[in-house]
Amino acid sequence: MPVRKTILVACGTAIATSTVVAKSIEEILRERGIDVVTRQCKASEVGSMTTGVDLIVTTTPLQGNFDVPVIKTLAFLTGIGKEAVIEQIIQALKL
Amino acid sequence: MNILDFLTPDLISLHYTAKDSTDVISHLGRQLFTAGYVRETFVDAALDRESRLPTGLPLSGDVNAAIPHTEVEHVRKPGLAMATLTAPVAFQNMVSPEESVPCQLVFVMALDQPKAQIEMLQEIAGILQNTATIKRLMSATTFEDVRATFPK
Repeated sequence: MPVRKTILVACGTAIATSTVVAKSIEEILRERGIDVVTRQCKASEVGSMTTGVDLIVTTTPLQGNFDVPVIKTLAFLTGIGKEAVIEQIIQALKL
Repeated sequence: MNILDFLTPDLISLHYTAKDSTDVISHLGRQLFTAGYVRETFVDAALDRESRLPTGLPLSGDVNAAIPHTEVEHVRKPGLAMATLTAPVAFQNMVSPEESVPCQLVFVMALDQPKAQIEMLQEIAGILQNTATIKRLMSATTFEDVRATFPK
């Protein structure tokens, strides 16, 4: 069993948007046989949350530079470009 | 789970003519307040959040949407208010705030716990990804039309 990759999902307030995005990513990747762990936070908290994280997916702009790849996307809310973003996520996770 | 579990007739404004995004957020926020879903502070908090963390979402069809919401302390119980607009008003793009998005469909969400009411947003995301549903919704003039758009 390979180590599961961890995705940090960020949005403005971490009330709803990041939860929907995280669930959507988990479900789509699971359908492809990929099991990932997701965590959620506010965009302003990302800097203190990157330990052990392989990829950041955000629906809102992030301040600062991170040593983890970042994907900015609304695809999991609007559906636009969802397939392409999933490919980007898989590549970024080196799966 | 159906969006109509949240969208009661008093929380729907069809073909509302809004001056700008502030107007439609205030209008829907006041409806949520009158119906007892949110505290008096909700409208100001939602407007403040929208200015810092905008919620405009460009969609694949002719109509774009916005989903204003704010921190849980301004909410009494989970609720949802919706407006279709006679003409689009400008919201800023959630992921690229420097970009303006003309929005004609607005959902104001009252969420009282982090990570709790995601079914509501999942239902909304489902609608946003369905151009045919949005088209029907935009032409709705009565609550019955809205109800027919979301069969149980």
